[in-house]
Amino acid sequence: MSPTEQQISEYRRQEQSITLSAVGDPPPEGPHEELFTLNFGPHHPATHGVLRLLVTLQGEVVRSIKPVVGYVHTGIEKTAEDKAYWKVIPVVERMDYLSYYFNAMAFCGAVETLAEVEVPKRAQYLRVIHLELNRIASHLIWLGTSALDLGAVSIFLYCLRERELILDLFEMSSGQRMHTRYFQVGGVMEDIPVGFERKLRDFIEIMPGRADQYGAILNSNEIVLQRLRGTCPLDADTLLSLGVTGPLLRAAGNPWDLRKAAPYSSYDDFAFQIPVGTVGDNYDRFAVRLAEIYESVKIIEQALDGLPEGPHITTDRKIALPPRHELATSMEALIHHFKLVTEGFRVPPGEVYYPIESPRGELACFVRSDGSSKPARVHMRDPSFVNLQALSRMAEGSYIADMIATLAMLDPILGGIDR
Amino acid sequence: MPDATGLELLAKELRDENTVGSEAILGTLHFRARATLEVRPEANRAVLAYLRGRGYASLMSVHGVDYYPHEPRLGVHYELLDMSAVDRVTVTTRVSTDAPALDSVTPDGPDGPGWPTANHQEREVYDMFGVVFAGHPDLRRILMPEDYEGHPQRRDFPVGGEPVIFTYNEHESFGVTR
Repeated sequence: MSPTEQQISEYRRQEQSITLSAVGDPPPEGPHEELFTLNFGPHHPATHGVLRLLVTLQGEVVRSIKPVVGYVHTGIEKTAEDKAYWKVIPVVERMDYLSYYFNAMAFCGAVETLAEVEVPKRAQYLRVIHLELNRIASHLIWLGTSALDLGAVSIFLYCLRERELILDLFEMSSGQRMHTRYFQVGGVMEDIPVGFERKLRDFIEIMPGRADQYGAILNSNEIVLQRLRGTCPLDADTLLSLGVTGPLLRAAGNPWDLRKAAPYSSYDDFAFQIPVGTVGDNYDRFAVRLAEIYESVKIIEQALDGLPEGPHITTDRKIALPPRHELATSMEALIHHFKLVTEGFRVPPGEVYYPIESPRGELACFVRSDGSSKPARVHMRDPSFVNLQALSRMAEGSYIADMIATLAMLDPILGGIDR
Repeated sequence: MPDATGLELLAKELRDENTVGSEAILGTLHFRARATLEVRPEANRAVLAYLRGRGYASLMSVHGVDYYPHEPRLGVHYELLDMSAVDRVTVTTRVSTDAPALDSVTPDGPDGPGWPTANHQEREVYDMFGVVFAGHPDLRRILMPEDYEGHPQRRDFPVGGEPVIFTYNEHESFGVTR
Protein backbone atom coordinates (compact mmCIF):
# COMPACT_ATOMS: atom_id res chain seq x y z
CA MET A 1 0.00 0.00 0.00
CA SER A 2 1.38 3.34 -0.91
CA PRO A 3 1.22 6.05 1.69
CA THR A 4 -1.45 8.59 1.13
CA GLU A 5 -0.68 12.19 0.39
CA GLN A 6 -2.13 13.30 3.66
CA GLN A 7 -0.02 10.95 5.76
CA ILE A 8 3.22 11.94 4.09
CA SER A 9 2.53 15.59 4.38
CA GLU A 10 1.73 15.12 8.06
CA TYR A 11 5.08 13.42 8.55
CA ARG A 12 6.95 16.08 6.65
CA ARG A 13 5.13 18.77 8.58
CA GLN A 14 6.36 17.31 11.82
CA GLU A 15 9.84 16.88 10.44
CA GLN A 16 9.86 20.52 9.51
CA SER A 17 8.61 21.62 12.90
CA ILE A 18 12.18 22.56 13.79
CA THR A 19 11.53 26.25 13.74
CA LEU A 20 13.96 28.67 12.30
CA SER A 21 12.07 31.68 13.54
CA ALA A 22 14.26 32.16 16.58
CA VAL A 23 17.49 31.82 14.60
CA GLY A 24 19.75 34.78 14.18
CA ASP A 25 19.24 38.45 13.91
CA PRO A 26 16.28 39.86 12.00
CA PRO A 27 17.13 40.45 8.35
CA PRO A 28 18.79 43.81 7.92
CA GLU A 29 17.07 46.69 6.14
CA GLY A 30 17.56 47.22 2.45
CA PRO A 31 16.75 45.27 -0.68
CA HIS A 32 20.12 43.56 -1.22
CA GLU A 33 20.70 41.65 1.98
CA GLU A 34 18.97 38.64 3.38
CA LEU A 35 19.80 35.77 5.66
CA PHE A 36 20.37 32.39 4.10
CA THR A 37 19.85 29.21 6.05
CA LEU A 38 22.07 26.35 5.03
CA ASN A 39 21.44 22.79 6.06
CA PHE A 40 24.93 21.53 6.73
CA GLY A 41 25.06 17.79 7.12
CA PRO A 42 24.12 15.29 8.47
CA HIS A 43 26.10 13.53 5.75
CA HIS A 44 29.04 15.77 5.20
CA PRO A 45 32.68 14.76 5.62
CA ALA A 46 33.55 17.93 7.51
CA THR A 47 31.06 17.27 10.30
CA HIS A 48 33.16 14.36 11.63
CA GLY A 49 30.15 12.14 11.95
CA VAL A 50 26.42 12.38 11.50
CA LEU A 51 26.03 15.92 12.73
CA ARG A 52 23.56 18.35 11.20
CA LEU A 53 24.06 22.06 11.57
CA LEU A 54 21.41 24.60 10.67
CA VAL A 55 23.65 27.49 9.74
CA THR A 56 22.22 30.92 9.12
CA LEU A 57 24.47 32.94 6.87
CA GLN A 58 24.66 36.58 5.99
CA GLY A 59 26.76 36.47 2.88
CA GLU A 60 29.62 34.25 3.95
CA VAL A 61 29.40 35.25 7.59
CA VAL A 62 27.88 32.83 10.05
CA ARG A 63 25.15 34.48 12.09
CA SER A 64 23.79 31.50 13.96
CA ILE A 65 24.39 27.78 14.29
CA LYS A 66 21.89 25.27 15.55
CA PRO A 67 23.26 21.76 15.97
CA VAL A 68 20.81 18.91 15.42
CA VAL A 69 22.01 15.60 16.84
CA GLY A 70 20.57 12.19 17.55
CA TYR A 71 21.11 10.49 14.19
CA VAL A 72 23.23 7.73 15.70
CA HIS A 73 21.37 7.45 18.98
CA THR A 74 21.39 3.76 19.81
CA GLY A 75 20.00 3.77 23.33
CA ILE A 76 23.20 2.53 24.91
CA GLU A 77 22.24 3.85 28.33
CA LYS A 78 18.92 2.00 28.13
CA THR A 79 20.63 -1.16 26.93
CA ALA A 80 23.07 -0.99 29.83
CA GLU A 81 20.21 -1.18 32.31
CA ASP A 82 19.36 -4.60 30.98
CA LYS A 83 22.79 -6.18 31.33
CA ALA A 84 24.92 -7.44 34.19
CA TYR A 85 27.65 -5.00 35.20
CA TRP A 86 30.50 -6.75 33.45
CA LYS A 87 28.45 -7.11 30.28
CA VAL A 88 27.87 -3.36 30.19
CA ILE A 89 31.56 -2.68 29.51
CA PRO A 90 31.52 -3.59 25.78
CA VAL A 91 28.31 -1.60 25.35
CA VAL A 92 29.55 1.65 26.84
CA GLU A 93 32.86 1.28 24.99
CA ARG A 94 30.97 1.90 21.76
CA MET A 95 29.79 5.36 22.77
CA ASP A 96 32.81 7.47 21.97
CA TYR A 97 34.34 5.19 19.39
CA LEU A 98 37.74 6.88 19.29
CA SER A 99 38.38 6.76 23.03
CA TYR A 100 36.93 3.41 23.99
CA TYR A 101 39.38 2.81 26.82
CA PHE A 102 38.17 5.99 28.48
CA ASN A 103 34.52 4.95 28.33
CA ALA A 104 35.42 1.62 29.89
CA MET A 105 37.58 3.34 32.50
CA ALA A 106 34.78 5.71 33.55
CA PHE A 107 32.31 2.88 33.89
CA CYS A 108 34.68 0.48 35.64
CA GLY A 109 35.83 3.24 37.97
CA ALA A 110 32.24 4.04 38.91
CA VAL A 111 31.41 0.40 39.61
CA GLU A 112 34.65 -0.07 41.57
CA THR A 113 33.78 2.93 43.72
CA LEU A 114 30.30 1.56 44.35
CA ALA A 115 31.50 -1.93 45.16
CA GLU A 116 34.60 -0.67 46.98
CA VAL A 117 36.93 -2.83 44.92
CA GLU A 118 40.62 -2.15 45.22
CA VAL A 119 42.44 -2.21 41.91
CA PRO A 120 45.99 -3.68 42.08
CA LYS A 121 48.82 -1.30 41.33
CA ARG A 122 49.93 -3.22 38.28
CA ALA A 123 46.44 -3.03 36.84
CA GLN A 124 46.36 0.72 37.44
CA TYR A 125 49.65 1.14 35.57
CA LEU A 126 48.48 -1.08 32.73
CA ARG A 127 45.33 1.01 32.54
CA VAL A 128 47.37 4.20 32.37
CA ILE A 129 49.50 2.79 29.56
CA HIS A 130 46.44 1.89 27.52
CA LEU A 131 44.59 5.11 28.32
CA GLU A 132 47.48 7.23 27.16
CA LEU A 133 48.01 5.11 24.04
CA ASN A 134 44.35 5.62 23.33
CA ARG A 135 44.70 9.35 23.89
CA ILE A 136 47.48 9.47 21.31
CA ALA A 137 45.41 7.40 18.87
CA SER A 138 42.42 9.69 19.37
CA HIS A 139 44.51 12.81 18.90
CA LEU A 140 46.06 11.31 15.76
CA ILE A 141 42.65 10.77 14.20
CA TRP A 142 41.70 14.30 15.22
CA LEU A 143 44.89 15.73 13.73
CA GLY A 144 44.54 13.78 10.50
CA THR A 145 40.90 14.59 9.90
CA SER A 146 41.31 18.22 10.93
CA ALA A 147 44.21 18.68 8.55
CA LEU A 148 42.08 16.98 5.90
CA ASP A 149 39.38 19.59 6.49
CA LEU A 150 41.96 22.30 5.97
CA GLY A 151 43.06 20.72 2.71
CA ALA A 152 46.22 18.94 3.87
CA VAL A 153 45.64 15.41 2.63
CA SER A 154 48.97 13.74 3.22
CA ILE A 155 49.08 14.31 6.99
CA PHE A 156 45.99 12.15 7.34
CA LEU A 157 47.92 9.20 5.97
CA TYR A 158 50.86 9.86 8.27
CA CYS A 159 48.60 9.99 11.30
CA LEU A 160 46.88 6.75 10.42
CA ARG A 161 50.30 5.16 9.97
CA GLU A 162 51.16 5.82 13.62
CA ARG A 163 47.67 4.93 14.78
CA GLU A 164 48.13 1.52 13.18
CA LEU A 165 51.09 0.92 15.50
CA ILE A 166 48.89 1.70 18.50
CA LEU A 167 46.11 -0.54 17.26
CA ASP A 168 48.69 -3.31 16.80
CA LEU A 169 49.61 -2.88 20.45
CA PHE A 170 45.95 -3.05 21.47
CA GLU A 171 45.56 -6.19 19.40
CA MET A 172 48.56 -7.67 21.14
CA SER A 173 47.32 -7.02 24.66
CA SER A 174 43.64 -7.80 24.20
CA GLY A 175 43.09 -9.47 20.83
CA GLN A 176 41.02 -6.58 19.50
CA ARG A 177 42.01 -3.44 17.68
CA MET A 178 38.99 -1.36 18.64
CA HIS A 179 36.47 -1.75 21.47
CA THR A 180 38.91 -4.03 23.18
CA ARG A 181 36.99 -4.81 26.36
CA TYR A 182 40.39 -4.87 28.05
CA PHE A 183 39.39 -3.06 31.23
CA GLN A 184 37.40 -5.12 33.69
CA VAL A 185 35.83 -4.21 36.98
CA GLY A 186 38.74 -4.67 39.36
CA GLY A 187 41.61 -4.50 36.89
CA VAL A 188 42.38 -5.53 33.35
CA MET A 189 41.46 -8.69 31.48
CA GLU A 190 44.93 -10.16 30.97
CA ASP A 191 48.48 -9.27 31.70
CA ILE A 192 50.46 -7.87 28.79
CA PRO A 193 52.02 -10.64 26.68
CA VAL A 194 55.70 -11.29 26.10
CA GLY A 195 57.01 -8.91 23.48
CA PHE A 196 54.50 -6.19 24.26
CA GLU A 197 57.05 -4.16 26.19
CA ARG A 198 59.62 -4.26 23.39
CA LYS A 199 57.02 -3.23 20.84
CA LEU A 200 55.73 -0.45 23.09
CA ARG A 201 59.27 0.83 23.62
CA ASP A 202 59.77 0.89 19.86
CA PHE A 203 56.61 2.95 19.60
CA ILE A 204 57.51 5.50 22.26
CA GLU A 205 60.91 5.74 20.63
CA ILE A 206 59.51 6.85 17.28
CA MET A 207 56.36 8.73 18.31
CA PRO A 208 57.93 12.01 19.52
CA GLY A 209 59.91 12.25 16.28
CA ARG A 210 56.79 11.68 14.26
CA ALA A 211 54.93 14.32 16.24
CA ASP A 212 57.85 16.65 15.52
CA GLN A 213 57.29 15.98 11.85
CA TYR A 214 53.58 16.79 12.05
CA GLY A 215 54.39 19.97 13.87
CA ALA A 216 57.05 20.89 11.34
CA ILE A 217 54.77 20.19 8.39
CA LEU A 218 51.79 22.11 9.74
CA ASN A 219 53.60 24.93 11.51
CA SER A 220 55.45 25.85 8.35
CA ASN A 221 52.35 25.70 6.20
CA GLU A 222 51.16 29.19 5.44
CA ILE A 223 47.60 28.13 4.65
CA VAL A 224 47.18 26.16 7.86
CA LEU A 225 48.53 29.01 9.94
CA GLN A 226 46.32 31.57 8.27
CA ARG A 227 43.25 29.45 8.82
CA LEU A 228 44.04 28.69 12.46
CA ARG A 229 45.74 31.74 13.93
CA GLY A 230 43.31 34.15 15.53
CA THR A 231 40.19 32.44 14.22
CA CYS A 232 37.18 31.89 16.46
CA PRO A 233 38.71 32.47 19.90
CA LEU A 234 36.65 32.09 23.05
CA ASP A 235 37.75 33.05 26.53
CA ALA A 236 38.01 30.62 29.42
CA ASP A 237 35.14 32.08 31.45
CA THR A 238 32.65 31.68 28.62
CA LEU A 239 33.92 28.18 27.98
CA LEU A 240 33.47 27.30 31.64
CA SER A 241 29.96 28.67 31.76
CA LEU A 242 29.20 26.42 28.78
CA GLY A 243 30.70 23.45 30.62
CA VAL A 244 33.55 23.00 28.17
CA THR A 245 36.55 21.07 29.50
CA GLY A 246 39.59 19.35 28.11
CA PRO A 247 41.98 20.67 25.47
CA LEU A 248 39.50 23.39 24.46
CA LEU A 249 39.54 24.89 27.95
CA ARG A 250 43.29 24.45 28.32
CA ALA A 251 43.81 26.22 24.99
CA ALA A 252 42.13 29.26 26.54
CA GLY A 253 44.63 29.27 29.38
CA ASN A 254 42.85 27.36 32.16
CA PRO A 255 45.10 24.43 33.13
CA TRP A 256 42.23 22.23 34.38
CA ASP A 257 43.13 18.59 33.92
CA LEU A 258 41.59 15.89 36.09
CA ARG A 259 44.74 13.78 35.82
CA LYS A 260 46.48 16.46 37.87
CA ALA A 261 43.57 17.98 39.79
CA ALA A 262 41.95 14.80 41.05
CA PRO A 263 44.29 11.94 40.13
CA TYR A 264 42.75 8.54 39.55
CA SER A 265 44.40 5.25 38.62
CA SER A 266 47.83 6.32 39.96
CA TYR A 267 48.23 9.36 37.71
CA ASP A 268 49.90 11.12 40.64
CA ASP A 269 52.88 8.75 40.28
CA PHE A 270 53.93 10.26 36.98
CA ALA A 271 55.64 13.50 36.13
CA PHE A 272 54.03 15.25 33.19
CA GLN A 273 53.05 18.72 32.19
CA ILE A 274 49.76 20.19 31.10
CA PRO A 275 50.06 22.16 27.87
CA VAL A 276 48.02 25.35 27.94
CA GLY A 277 47.35 27.98 25.31
CA THR A 278 47.07 31.71 25.70
CA VAL A 279 44.31 33.21 23.59
CA GLY A 280 42.10 30.20 22.93
CA ASP A 281 41.95 30.48 19.15
CA ASN A 282 42.02 27.55 16.77
CA TYR A 283 45.79 27.55 16.65
CA ASP A 284 46.00 27.11 20.43
CA ARG A 285 43.52 24.25 20.26
CA PHE A 286 45.71 22.63 17.65
CA ALA A 287 48.96 23.29 19.52
CA VAL A 288 47.65 22.04 22.89
CA ARG A 289 46.55 18.72 21.45
CA LEU A 290 49.79 18.26 19.56
CA ALA A 291 51.76 18.97 22.76
CA GLU A 292 49.61 16.48 24.68
CA ILE A 293 50.93 13.70 22.46
CA TYR A 294 54.44 14.26 23.85
CA GLU A 295 53.15 14.29 27.44
CA SER A 296 51.26 11.06 26.88
CA VAL A 297 54.45 9.44 25.57
CA LYS A 298 56.22 10.59 28.74
CA ILE A 299 53.54 9.05 30.94
CA ILE A 300 53.66 5.76 29.04
CA GLU A 301 57.44 5.62 29.39
CA GLN A 302 57.29 6.17 33.15
CA ALA A 303 54.47 3.69 33.60
CA LEU A 304 56.41 1.09 31.64
CA ASP A 305 59.62 1.71 33.59
CA GLY A 306 57.86 1.60 36.94
CA LEU A 307 55.42 -1.20 36.11
CA PRO A 308 55.07 -3.03 39.45
CA GLU A 309 54.82 -6.79 39.78
CA GLY A 310 51.64 -8.31 41.10
CA PRO A 311 48.19 -9.37 39.98
CA HIS A 312 46.61 -7.67 36.98
CA ILE A 313 43.10 -7.90 38.40
CA THR A 314 41.65 -7.95 41.87
CA THR A 315 41.88 -11.25 43.71
CA ASP A 316 38.34 -10.76 45.02
CA ARG A 317 36.64 -13.79 43.54
CA LYS A 318 33.21 -12.24 44.01
CA ILE A 319 34.09 -9.61 41.42
CA ALA A 320 36.68 -11.02 39.03
CA LEU A 321 36.77 -14.37 37.29
CA PRO A 322 39.17 -16.94 38.80
CA PRO A 323 42.22 -17.89 36.72
CA ARG A 324 41.49 -20.59 34.17
CA HIS A 325 43.81 -23.19 35.73
CA GLU A 326 41.98 -23.04 39.06
CA LEU A 327 38.76 -24.28 37.50
CA ALA A 328 40.19 -27.78 37.09
CA THR A 329 41.23 -28.11 40.72
CA SER A 330 39.06 -25.88 42.90
CA MET A 331 35.36 -26.35 43.50
CA GLU A 332 35.08 -22.80 44.88
CA ALA A 333 36.64 -21.39 41.73
CA LEU A 334 34.11 -23.31 39.66
CA ILE A 335 31.21 -21.97 41.72
CA HIS A 336 32.50 -18.41 41.50
CA HIS A 337 33.00 -18.75 37.78
CA PHE A 338 29.47 -20.08 37.34
CA LYS A 339 27.91 -17.34 39.44
CA LEU A 340 29.84 -14.58 37.75
CA VAL A 341 29.10 -15.76 34.23
CA THR A 342 25.41 -16.52 34.75
CA GLU A 343 24.29 -13.77 37.10
CA GLY A 344 27.22 -11.42 37.48
CA PHE A 345 28.19 -9.78 40.73
CA ARG A 346 25.89 -7.73 42.89
CA VAL A 347 26.74 -4.17 43.74
CA PRO A 348 25.61 -2.41 46.93
CA PRO A 349 22.81 0.10 46.35
CA GLY A 350 23.86 3.69 45.88
CA GLU A 351 24.88 6.30 43.34
CA VAL A 352 28.30 7.46 42.19
CA TYR A 353 29.63 9.94 39.68
CA TYR A 354 33.12 9.08 38.42
CA PRO A 355 34.87 11.71 36.28
CA ILE A 356 38.03 11.13 34.27
CA GLU A 357 39.97 13.18 31.75
CA SER A 358 39.22 11.90 28.28
CA PRO A 359 40.90 13.28 25.13
CA ARG A 360 37.94 15.65 24.82
CA GLY A 361 37.39 16.74 28.40
CA GLU A 362 35.60 15.51 31.48
CA LEU A 363 34.09 12.14 30.75
CA ALA A 364 32.07 11.01 33.73
CA CYS A 365 29.97 7.98 34.39
CA PHE A 366 27.00 8.12 36.72
CA VAL A 367 25.91 4.73 37.94
CA ARG A 368 22.95 4.04 40.18
CA SER A 369 22.74 0.59 41.68
CA ASP A 370 19.63 -0.85 43.29
CA GLY A 371 21.52 -3.75 44.80
CA SER A 372 20.92 -6.19 41.96
CA SER A 373 23.43 -7.46 39.42
CA LYS A 374 22.28 -4.95 36.80
CA PRO A 375 22.75 -1.19 37.00
CA ALA A 376 19.53 0.76 37.54
CA ARG A 377 20.89 3.74 35.61
CA VAL A 378 24.04 4.39 33.62
CA HIS A 379 24.63 7.89 32.37
CA MET A 380 27.69 9.15 30.54
CA ARG A 381 28.50 12.82 30.81
CA ASP A 382 30.10 12.89 27.42
CA PRO A 383 32.42 15.83 26.75
CA SER A 384 31.50 16.02 23.06
CA PHE A 385 27.82 16.46 23.93
CA VAL A 386 28.54 19.40 26.20
CA ASN A 387 31.36 20.94 24.17
CA LEU A 388 29.18 21.08 21.07
CA GLN A 389 27.20 23.89 22.71
CA ALA A 390 30.25 26.12 22.43
CA LEU A 391 30.37 25.88 18.64
CA SER A 392 27.85 28.61 18.02
CA ARG A 393 29.57 30.95 20.47
CA MET A 394 32.92 30.30 18.81
CA ALA A 395 31.95 30.53 15.19
CA GLU A 396 29.20 33.16 15.13
CA GLY A 397 30.39 36.24 13.33
CA SER A 398 33.17 34.47 11.46
CA TYR A 399 33.36 33.13 7.93
CA ILE A 400 31.84 29.77 7.12
CA ALA A 401 35.26 28.41 6.21
CA ASP A 402 36.44 29.25 9.72
CA MET A 403 33.44 27.43 11.10
CA ILE A 404 34.71 24.26 9.41
CA ALA A 405 38.11 24.72 11.01
CA THR A 406 36.49 25.40 14.38
CA LEU A 407 34.33 22.31 14.15
CA ALA A 408 37.47 20.31 13.39
CA MET A 409 39.28 21.80 16.37
CA LEU A 410 36.26 21.13 18.57
CA ASP A 411 36.76 17.43 17.84
CA PRO A 412 33.19 16.22 18.43
CA ILE A 413 32.59 12.48 18.29
CA LEU A 414 29.01 11.84 17.33
CA GLY A 415 28.94 8.38 18.83
CA GLY A 416 29.61 10.03 22.15
CA ILE A 417 27.11 12.80 21.60
CA ASP A 418 24.23 10.57 20.59
CA ARG A 419 25.06 7.50 22.66
CA MET B 1 34.28 16.40 48.21
CA PRO B 2 33.10 18.00 51.45
CA ASP B 3 33.30 15.38 54.19
CA ALA B 4 30.16 14.33 56.07
CA THR B 5 30.51 17.14 58.60
CA GLY B 6 31.21 19.73 55.92
CA LEU B 7 28.12 18.61 54.07
CA GLU B 8 25.94 19.07 57.17
CA LEU B 9 27.40 22.52 57.69
CA LEU B 10 26.69 23.37 54.08
CA ALA B 11 23.10 22.16 54.49
CA LYS B 12 22.70 24.26 57.65
CA GLU B 13 24.07 27.31 55.83
CA LEU B 14 21.52 26.76 53.09
CA ARG B 15 18.64 26.39 55.57
CA ASP B 16 19.64 29.66 57.23
CA GLU B 17 19.88 31.43 53.90
CA ASN B 18 16.86 33.65 53.18
CA THR B 19 16.80 33.14 49.42
CA VAL B 20 16.67 29.37 49.85
CA GLY B 21 14.35 28.93 52.82
CA SER B 22 14.51 26.65 55.80
CA GLU B 23 12.25 24.03 54.19
CA ALA B 24 14.17 23.71 50.96
CA ILE B 25 16.73 21.11 52.01
CA LEU B 26 15.10 17.72 52.35
CA GLY B 27 18.20 15.80 53.34
CA THR B 28 21.86 15.10 52.88
CA LEU B 29 23.66 11.97 51.84
CA HIS B 30 27.34 11.20 52.06
CA PHE B 31 28.07 8.01 50.22
CA ARG B 32 31.35 6.74 48.75
CA ALA B 33 32.85 10.21 49.09
CA ARG B 34 30.01 11.76 47.08
CA ALA B 35 28.23 14.57 48.87
CA THR B 36 24.58 14.96 47.90
CA LEU B 37 22.06 17.61 48.91
CA GLU B 38 18.45 16.69 48.27
CA VAL B 39 16.34 19.79 47.74
CA ARG B 40 12.71 20.59 47.02
CA PRO B 41 11.98 20.95 43.29
CA GLU B 42 10.98 24.61 43.58
CA ALA B 43 14.27 25.47 45.29
CA ASN B 44 16.68 24.11 42.68
CA ARG B 45 17.62 27.47 41.18
CA ALA B 46 18.06 29.17 44.55
CA VAL B 47 20.25 26.39 45.92
CA LEU B 48 22.45 26.32 42.83
CA ALA B 49 22.75 30.10 42.89
CA TYR B 50 23.83 30.04 46.53
CA LEU B 51 26.34 27.25 45.92
CA ARG B 52 27.79 29.25 43.04
CA GLY B 53 28.54 31.98 45.53
CA ARG B 54 30.21 29.39 47.74
CA GLY B 55 32.70 28.58 44.97
CA TYR B 56 30.89 25.75 43.18
CA ALA B 57 30.92 27.79 40.02
CA SER B 58 30.87 25.06 37.38
CA LEU B 59 27.94 22.85 36.54
CA MET B 60 29.55 19.76 35.10
CA SER B 61 26.56 17.55 34.48
CA VAL B 62 22.81 17.36 34.65
CA HIS B 63 21.25 13.94 34.44
CA GLY B 64 17.97 12.27 35.10
CA VAL B 65 17.24 9.13 37.06
CA ASP B 66 14.04 7.11 37.30
CA TYR B 67 13.59 5.82 40.85
CA TYR B 68 10.74 3.50 39.91
CA PRO B 69 9.01 2.06 41.96
CA HIS B 70 9.78 4.72 44.57
CA GLU B 71 7.82 7.97 44.56
CA PRO B 72 8.38 10.68 43.49
CA ARG B 73 9.86 8.81 40.58
CA LEU B 74 11.94 11.18 38.52
CA GLY B 75 15.18 12.57 39.89
CA VAL B 76 17.32 15.29 38.38
CA HIS B 77 20.95 15.54 39.49
CA TYR B 78 23.16 18.61 39.20
CA GLU B 79 26.88 17.92 39.58
CA LEU B 80 28.65 21.05 40.77
CA LEU B 81 32.39 21.56 40.74
CA ASP B 82 34.63 24.01 42.54
CA MET B 83 37.73 24.21 40.37
CA SER B 84 39.96 26.12 42.81
CA ALA B 85 39.27 23.83 45.79
CA VAL B 86 38.83 20.73 43.58
CA ASP B 87 35.60 19.95 45.33
CA ARG B 88 32.35 18.53 44.07
CA VAL B 89 28.84 18.55 45.44
CA THR B 90 25.69 17.07 43.97
CA VAL B 91 22.26 18.65 44.20
CA THR B 92 19.35 16.33 43.54
CA THR B 93 15.67 16.93 43.32
CA ARG B 94 12.71 14.64 42.73
CA VAL B 95 9.49 15.24 40.84
CA SER B 96 6.57 12.91 40.23
CA THR B 97 5.54 11.59 36.83
CA ASP B 98 2.10 13.19 37.25
CA ALA B 99 3.50 16.72 37.33
CA PRO B 100 7.07 16.47 36.11
CA ALA B 101 7.78 20.20 36.16
CA LEU B 102 10.97 21.90 37.24
CA ASP B 103 12.45 25.35 36.78
CA SER B 104 15.13 25.38 34.13
CA VAL B 105 18.55 26.48 35.37
CA THR B 106 19.70 27.43 31.85
CA PRO B 107 18.46 31.04 31.48
CA ASP B 108 19.38 34.01 33.60
CA GLY B 109 16.74 34.90 36.15
CA PRO B 110 15.97 37.30 38.97
CA ASP B 111 17.92 35.03 41.32
CA GLY B 112 21.13 35.39 39.36
CA PRO B 113 22.79 34.25 36.16
CA GLY B 114 21.92 30.90 34.63
CA TRP B 115 24.03 27.93 33.66
CA PRO B 116 24.17 27.88 29.84
CA THR B 117 25.81 24.44 29.89
CA ALA B 118 22.53 22.94 31.11
CA ASN B 119 20.85 23.70 27.79
CA HIS B 120 21.62 20.41 26.00
CA GLN B 121 21.54 18.37 29.17
CA GLU B 122 18.10 19.56 30.27
CA ARG B 123 16.86 18.83 26.78
CA GLU B 124 18.22 15.32 27.17
CA VAL B 125 16.49 14.86 30.53
CA TYR B 126 13.26 16.13 28.98
CA ASP B 127 13.69 13.78 26.04
CA MET B 128 14.53 10.70 28.07
CA PHE B 129 12.43 11.21 31.21
CA GLY B 130 9.78 13.77 30.35
CA VAL B 131 10.74 16.33 32.96
CA VAL B 132 9.46 19.69 31.68
CA PHE B 133 11.87 22.51 32.43
CA ALA B 134 9.94 25.76 32.75
CA GLY B 135 11.77 28.70 31.24
CA HIS B 136 14.14 26.63 29.10
CA PRO B 137 14.95 28.63 25.96
CA ASP B 138 14.54 25.74 23.52
CA LEU B 139 12.92 22.72 25.11
CA ARG B 140 12.76 20.15 22.31
CA ARG B 141 13.75 16.53 22.06
CA ILE B 142 17.45 16.23 21.36
CA LEU B 143 18.33 12.56 20.80
CA MET B 144 15.03 10.96 19.88
CA PRO B 145 13.06 12.03 16.77
CA GLU B 146 10.82 15.06 17.15
CA ASP B 147 7.65 13.00 16.68
CA TYR B 148 8.60 10.26 19.13
CA GLU B 149 6.07 9.30 21.76
CA GLY B 150 7.10 8.45 25.28
CA HIS B 151 10.26 8.90 27.26
CA PRO B 152 12.49 5.89 26.69
CA GLN B 153 14.76 6.07 29.73
CA ARG B 154 11.87 5.62 32.13
CA ARG B 155 12.09 2.25 33.81
CA ASP B 156 8.62 1.20 32.70
CA PHE B 157 9.35 1.94 29.02
CA PRO B 158 9.86 -1.40 27.25
CA VAL B 159 13.07 -2.25 25.43
CA GLY B 160 12.66 -3.09 21.73
CA GLY B 161 9.50 -4.14 19.91
CA GLU B 162 9.35 -1.02 17.81
CA PRO B 163 9.44 -1.11 13.99
CA VAL B 164 12.34 0.45 12.15
CA ILE B 165 11.00 3.22 9.95
CA PHE B 166 12.35 3.69 6.44
CA THR B 167 10.94 5.86 3.68
CA TYR B 168 8.90 3.02 2.18
CA ASN B 169 7.06 2.34 5.45
CA GLU B 170 7.10 5.76 7.01
CA HIS B 171 3.30 5.84 7.02
CA GLU B 172 3.44 3.00 9.57
CA SER B 173 5.22 5.25 12.02
CA PHE B 174 3.07 5.98 15.03
CA GLY B 175 4.11 9.56 14.61
CA VAL B 176 2.13 9.67 11.37
CA THR B 177 -0.98 7.67 12.14
CA ARG B 178 -1.48 9.44 15.41
